[in-house]
Amino acid sequence: MEANTRGTGRLPAAFLTPGSSSFIEFLAEHSPDLLPGRRALPAGLTIEAPHGTTIVSAVFDGGVVIAGDRRATMGNVIAQRDIEKVFPADEYSAVGIAGTAGLAVEMVRLFQLELEHYEKIEGAVLSLEGKANRLTTMIRGNLGMAMQGLAVVPMFAGYDLDLGRGRIFTYDVTGGRSEERGFAATGSGSVFARGSLKKLYRSDLTGDQAAMLVVQALYDAADDDSATGGPDLARGIFPIVSLITEEGFRRLSEDEVSEIAISITNQRRHQPDGPQAPLL
Amino acid sequence: MSTPFYVSPQQAMADRAEYARKGIARGRSVVVLTYADGIAFVAENTSRALHKVSEIYDKIAFAAVGRYNEFENLRIGGVRYADLRGYSYDRADVTARGLANVYAQTLGTIFSSVGEKPYEVELIVAEVGRTTDDDQIYRLTPDGSVVDEQNSVVVGGNADSIGNYLGQRHRPGMGLAEALSLAVESLARDPNGGTPRALTPEQLEVAVLDRARPQQRKFKRVLGSQLARLLAGDEAAADAESDEELPDAPAGAQAPAVPEESEESAEQE
Repeated sequence: MEANTRGTGRLPAAFLTPGSSSFIEFLAEHSPDLLPGRRALPAGLTIEAPHGTTIVSAVFDGGVVIAGDRRATMGNVIAQRDIEKVFPADEYSAVGIAGTAGLAVEMVRLFQLELEHYEKIEGAVLSLEGKANRLTTMIRGNLGMAMQGLAVVPMFAGYDLDLGRGRIFTYDVTGGRSEERGFAATGSGSVFARGSLKKLYRSDLTGDQAAMLVVQALYDAADDDSATGGPDLARGIFPIVSLITEEGFRRLSEDEVSEIAISITNQRRHQPDGPQAPLL
Repeated sequence: MSTPFYVSPQQAMADRAEYARKGIARGRSVVVLTYADGIAFVAENTSRALHKVSEIYDKIAFAAVGRYNEFENLRIGGVRYADLRGYSYDRADVTARGLANVYAQTLGTIFSSVGEKPYEVELIVAEVGRTTDDDQIYRLTPDGSVVDEQNSVVVGGNADSIGNYLGQRHRPGMGLAEALSLAVESLARDPNGGTPRALTPEQLEVAVLDRARPQQRKFKRVLGSQLARLLAGDEAAADAESDEELPDAPAGAQAPAVPEESEESAEQE
């Protein structure tokens, strides 16, 4: 009988144990080696790995837009020209990542699965705050790696169905979470992007205007930060821009973004520093 | 000291099978059938919170009859199995066949283990493919057998008579409204030949695996007014994304189903 209960091919007990609706908690119990935070580097050692750079986001009337450039750098080298850094987290939210690309992409995959898993087990969708808090826990799990130069700093944007508006959350490496008003930027080019957003942002933007705004901000970030990539007209590589509204997540098509990027590039031929805000 | 009775293995297994079968026969049935754009699941279930039909993964859904705590346990195990597999390999590597195998092993081991009571459940695991020919439906019995079903299948009480009726009338390539009406008509039949019962949309739990759905996750619940329109024969309602619908939304998040008095006649013909 002893042998029977461990019959071949049977689902292990952990699968059938009632309890957590969290996939991460299930992983921690059943196969902890698959969790990103469980790998320790030798102390005092830092390694060089591709880093993703700038993510910007802005709230508009009826939703939120989140966008990222396409460059990954490793020291002074451009590691990748067409990396994707903005992902849908579920129907009504998206996550953009700055920091160590390999770890960040893994974190996003796990985060997406965590939300989907909860939804399937519980038959209910997590609140937007709940999703944002879940991400906090995951960043905190990566703190050891962050101390050795492998930080992941995501930005989370979503449409809050209860409140009926778009919301943005930013994080620091320790998982500290803060909700942003209006707009936000993270990553190495964020200083320049934020300056640009500050001058161009208005609270009554439409979705199309907000998409234009974030591409302008990324252009300004790329203008002054070597680790942020601008629109690459020669190769046809443009930022990723995603809108989240009551209808759900929608990533703008290549054509839509290229149209925005080309109109911005054309305008900047006459005015290299971009649109000017009134002095007073 | 008393000597335990000798029970032959044949008798012991027959007793266990009988026990499980009786438990399953007490419950209402679930019908699963293919239609042009996918696979439809129809269950008689008045509860909006305790589901008999659920999503497992992108293209895979689960339907069950029998003891709720037992199949709920298996459902959660299946979701964990699928998510873990998809996470460590790729989403494309999660298949209904793999899941059916794991369920079969689990049910079979429990069935033949002297220390455990057999599960009183019957499961259906279905996967929607790229075309009608790729659709897969597996039925799992409490003793761990897997039956590869074609086109339509019924589990639960009166499964035989409902299955016969359904099997004779089902044809591949039906529209969704037509398929749902047939499923409801089969469920409503009286096995003893009396007048069929009237089943309203509120008494039904309906879901589809819709291969035409643009999202990665093909599972969708059909609720409220959309269900009522489909049961009334409105084929166009199949394409309408009902506004109260989230991928697998909870009872609380849905708009209350709108009862439409005149629409219930579809299944009474």
